[in-house]
Amino acid sequence: MSSFVLLEDGTRFDGEAVGAEGSVTGEVVFTTGMSGYQESMTDPSFARQLITFTTAHVGNYGVSEQAMESDRIHAAGAIMRAAVDYDDAPGAEQGWLSWLKANGIPGIAGVDTRALVRHIREAGSMRGGIFSADVPVSEARERIAAEPSMVGRDLAREVTIAAPTVFAGEGDGPRIVALDTGIKRSIIRNFTSRGATLEIYPCTTPAEELLAADPDGFFLVPGPGDPAALDYIVENIRTLLTTKPVFGICLGHQLLSRAAGLETFKLPFGHRGANHPVKDLRTGRIAITSQNHGFAVAGKPGEVIESELGAAQLTHVNLYDNTIEGIRLLDVPAGCVQYHPEAGPGPNDSLGLFDEFIALFEKAGNAS
Amino acid sequence: MPRRDDIQKILVLGSGPIVIGQAAEFDYSGAQACKVLLEEGYEVVLVNSNPATIMTDPEFATATYVEPLLPGPVKQVIERERPDALLPTLGGQTALNLAKALYEDGTLEEFGVELIGANYDAINRAEDREQFDATMQKAGLRTARNTIATTVEEAKGALEQFGLPLIIRPAFTLGGRGGGIARTPEQVDEIVQRGLDASPIGQVLIDESVLGWGEFELEVMRDHADNVVIVCSIENIDPMGVHTGDSVTVAPQQTLSDRVYQKLRDQAIAVIRAVGVETGGSNVQFAVNPATEEIVVIEMNPRVSRSSALASKATGFPIAKIAARLAVGYTLDEIPNDITKATPASFEPTLDYVVVKWPRFAFEKFPGVDTTLSTHMKSVGEVMAIGRTFGQAFGKALRSRELDTQPDLSGTDEELLTRLESPSADRFDVLLECQRRGISDEELRARTGIDLWYLRELRQVDAAFEGVRTYRAVDTCAAEFAAETPYFYSAWEREDRSEVVRGDKPSVMILGSGPNRIGQGIEFDYCCVHAAMTVRESGRDAVMVNCNPETVSTDYDTSDRLYFEPLTLEDVLAIVEIEQPEGVIVSFGGQTPLRLAAGLEQAGVKLLGTQPDAIDLAEDRGRFGALLERLELKAPPYALAQSPQEALGAAPGVGFPLLVRPSYVLGGRAMELVYDTDMLADYFARTRPQGEIFLDRFLENAIEVDVDAICDGEDVWIGGIMQHVEEAGIHSGDSACALPPHSLGAEMLNEIRSASKDLALALGVVGLINIQYAVYGDDLYVIEANPRASRTVPFVSKATGQPLAKIACRVMLGEKLAAMNLPEDPCGPHVSVKEAVLPFDRFAGADALLGPEMRSTGEVMGVATDFPAAFAKAQAAAGTQLPTRGTVFLTVTDSDKAAAMGIAAQLHDLGFRIVATRGTASAIKRMGIPVETINKIQDGSPHVRDWIDRGDVDLVINTPTGTAARSDGYEIRRAAVGRGVPCITTIAGGMAAARAIGAARFGEPPVISLQELHRNGVHA
Repeated sequence: MSSFVLLEDGTRFDGEAVGAEGSVTGEVVFTTGMSGYQESMTDPSFARQLITFTTAHVGNYGVSEQAMESDRIHAAGAIMRAAVDYDDAPGAEQGWLSWLKANGIPGIAGVDTRALVRHIREAGSMRGGIFSADVPVSEARERIAAEPSMVGRDLAREVTIAAPTVFAGEGDGPRIVALDTGIKRSIIRNFTSRGATLEIYPCTTPAEELLAADPDGFFLVPGPGDPAALDYIVENIRTLLTTKPVFGICLGHQLLSRAAGLETFKLPFGHRGANHPVKDLRTGRIAITSQNHGFAVAGKPGEVIESELGAAQLTHVNLYDNTIEGIRLLDVPAGCVQYHPEAGPGPNDSLGLFDEFIALFEKAGNAS
Repeated sequence: MPRRDDIQKILVLGSGPIVIGQAAEFDYSGAQACKVLLEEGYEVVLVNSNPATIMTDPEFATATYVEPLLPGPVKQVIERERPDALLPTLGGQTALNLAKALYEDGTLEEFGVELIGANYDAINRAEDREQFDATMQKAGLRTARNTIATTVEEAKGALEQFGLPLIIRPAFTLGGRGGGIARTPEQVDEIVQRGLDASPIGQVLIDESVLGWGEFELEVMRDHADNVVIVCSIENIDPMGVHTGDSVTVAPQQTLSDRVYQKLRDQAIAVIRAVGVETGGSNVQFAVNPATEEIVVIEMNPRVSRSSALASKATGFPIAKIAARLAVGYTLDEIPNDITKATPASFEPTLDYVVVKWPRFAFEKFPGVDTTLSTHMKSVGEVMAIGRTFGQAFGKALRSRELDTQPDLSGTDEELLTRLESPSADRFDVLLECQRRGISDEELRARTGIDLWYLRELRQVDAAFEGVRTYRAVDTCAAEFAAETPYFYSAWEREDRSEVVRGDKPSVMILGSGPNRIGQGIEFDYCCVHAAMTVRESGRDAVMVNCNPETVSTDYDTSDRLYFEPLTLEDVLAIVEIEQPEGVIVSFGGQTPLRLAAGLEQAGVKLLGTQPDAIDLAEDRGRFGALLERLELKAPPYALAQSPQEALGAAPGVGFPLLVRPSYVLGGRAMELVYDTDMLADYFARTRPQGEIFLDRFLENAIEVDVDAICDGEDVWIGGIMQHVEEAGIHSGDSACALPPHSLGAEMLNEIRSASKDLALALGVVGLINIQYAVYGDDLYVIEANPRASRTVPFVSKATGQPLAKIACRVMLGEKLAAMNLPEDPCGPHVSVKEAVLPFDRFAGADALLGPEMRSTGEVMGVATDFPAAFAKAQAAAGTQLPTRGTVFLTVTDSDKAAAMGIAAQLHDLGFRIVATRGTASAIKRMGIPVETINKIQDGSPHVRDWIDRGDVDLVINTPTGTAARSDGYEIRRAAVGRGVPCITTIAGGMAAARAIGAARFGEPPVISLQELHRNGVHA
């Protein structure tokens, strides 16, 4: 059955309907990673987004519990050039398309994804939808128009955990409280396998309650939406930082930066993929990183600024477009990176960052 | 850190002649490196014995030495040039082994030359099996359980420990030469012995089998700041057991989950760090058990490789170019990405298309050899195809192969399935046939071990071409950034959203030569690259079309727009449609583009230079015969027959001996020399030729001459006259030749010049023409004329300093020879000798006999002040190290006995011990030369083969004529090739060798650079 992708500017790409039946709208984004489709679909940061996979073939090795980054699919839909549904690939527990269907997620295959990506690259990410062929274009347009813009959108509330949950570490490492704006299992695993215990709280939890937990430090996690819509978290972070170290990843990085007084802005088409070079300006070392963000922190790479939380150094830079990829506060124990050291999907080059986080939490724990 | 300024002069080693396992990819990588180093302001000293390379064009280095890649000559170069550093990682295994030898013999230390890119210890850690395993173990990585054997006895221990099958590889050889898979205890003995002989250090590695596991390769780059990136992943569709060079491979990998792929990535990075390759590219090969996810590191190449050339073309990330910059001190983030211009090289390319590489084989040239694919590489070339999906890429690769013969797909289902169990060159054709017959993918998987995803996608190949053709760019980044470099492929999509931006400049399209094969190699790519350079210089856009990933022509830097496409009429016309070129050049890429000439002309496409009718005039025997008659030029008697029956009737009229071949063949395919009607009948019984058959009278012992000339329709300029060393009857591509001719008189040379001019003008040539002559007694015979670029164009260009292909291209673009001020006789005071390099040592069972069918894969050149010294250099460069003392064995046919006596006398005077079989020995004895008689094989042991096997013979001279001598000599030649003993099969070759051995006694001839040669030449 045929279906089509319509963008808010009227651009249309045809394909065949796969996965669940029906239509869906969201922000149309693209990821350039060549593997890890299941990890991407289950990553909460993709909430309310339609993922265009630039890689030619999707679904080749099926899906499995092991590759889940959360307990469900968060992306709204999948746009692909070619897709298959094999459940007998080595390691597969279910076919990719059957899995999409079972989870109610529409997909579209046979799309000229490269042309779509070139369009988004020029015109910027925009709203759009996957529609069955029988949906009139006028109706599709209306539905796209009804989709709220990503700017100013608080999606953390949609994906956050319902009640506090503890993930015990495989050892006697630090106790870390994470504010769940859309955590991934890879992050949990990377802490617990290093002996740290992670206590995850809903993102709306007030600062007092978090402080009452009295952990060795706080961790800010990735997540979807506009960081500028999350001032209630930013306020909490300012409170937390006066007592305990705070580190963060992705959305967590943006929130910590905002807490320090820096601004965030929407990137033209985001960074989503597994090949972005990030340079640590303190060491000169370059890591190939996993990326998934539509907003970024404004600033001049390498600069040391006087922030609302004391001196802050803009430590990391994305070598593609010179945007900020990491910050370290110099007067308080806090820092963050924009990229995903936990991988899942993507390169493991920066896994060592978890050792650093844990060491800093431990140091703070010993000092107190 | 910016470039190093503590070094000024860098020595670069090339890879020498094209051989199986080491082909044009090293010209591509070496040429890129030389260009970069010159751009960076370094002086570049280059040594490469292969004249058919772009890198040995004088403008690619400060000093270019076309000299043997051996420690002696390279030491001389170092002594003369005093380079500060040696970059050994761009010339394949040859350069790496040579650098290692120069380190070990103290040369590098003596002259203070620093190894850059990879140091001595890193080379050893990667190349020495024991060290490699220890290094991997220390890094926590698993290698297949293995052991090292230096004797057949030691190998038996491994058999007990690991069981069968065993994988056996000799240490320090390229492409796994001499290795194989042993499935029986007998095969273990046999392959171990072969491997021990092939290994320069007498060592074989015996591996536990990971047959049937998935095979993956990662291309890794590292800078001196320890930044590491993975350029490309490559998956072999053929599971472990088929050499990656012979496998159909796919980029990027398709079947591994992200989790497992990231493990490979982590391990590849760990490998390059553990081996300690400081800067540059490496290739790491893995075996992955799909069921258990076990990963085994198979090997790593601490240098650019065939796979890195493929990865460069597949991704647009120029590995060699970047490796050269890293070697002189840059870090990855300091180097811009060529394609986007806006982003740095410190990233990992991401692909939104699929690339398929397909090997090209030449088994039809070597009857009797084992055609089963194994760990020992046997393919002679490759094609690459790019598609938006695997199906598109695979379908395009199928089209690009240009098979000479269609695979035999007859037989029952079970017969086909059985064939699939031992991988062969036609396995995918068989597999597709099985799918057409309805055999299930599960069954095919069980027989082949190929992943089900591929088997299922193979069923989609036809459907992949639904929709419309549109052109897409290779941009390294899946369209995330705008691409500045126009490198295109065709894709099939629902709508035509082409990315080609054509510009306003007129363009000229150059059709390349497709996959390298015997008879059509790097020489033609060389000409195409020169055409592109010339077109650009003329102010037009050069548009290149080719599908060979090894070549310089498919470097996106070579042309203004590169289309990586199959060379079929349909694919080419589609590009013509979008490019609207001023003209198309079909005469530089060999037969591949020439075959399209008529179709292009019919479609109204303007062809530049010689028109198809002139090509037909030269190729049509009747028309050409009439032309020769009109020009009063002689040709050997010939006949054209429509059937074997008719040919047998016509043969006596032509006269014996004669050459027989089917019409329109490449590189002397299926051409044979027959001495009587019985042999001719036998030929027909064996080959069953279809269509027209040519019979040509063979002028026995005539001198063969090759001429390369350029005609503009008014004037003719003779670029070079070459005299073959071997007599007429040996394919010109397999024959050594000398420029200038070493034994032709001035009168004959004038006759040749005049005949060449008449022929070129009469044929209506505009551009290049190659004419082959035979000098028989005092008479000149025209053998054939080819109005196109020939295999010898690069050699002549290097020998004379005149760029023939460029001059020809200017003529084709409308310039006149008269205005170019070309030297009358451009050969200078030196002698250049071209020698062919033959692959007999790679094909167990192949007869090492020269004949009318071409079988060489590559060529080398030797330059000196006299013929014997130049010939000796060429022999050494070709890997035939002529002995200066020892024992020579002669056995020659009756007609050669007189000449053999002369050779024996000369070698005796040089101190050789002479041994011969009965007949030859008695002839030699009559001259009063001491000679020992040894047994022929049928006389019983100890016979000649025992002598050779024992290592008691240092040189074999064996000339066969007639069927009996052939079968007898076959064993002798096989034994010689097996032991690596030089084996000369022509009298003329024997005489030249004797003279060369004489010359070698005066010490190694001095080295000289091309720049000096042509600066000091008489024509300057």
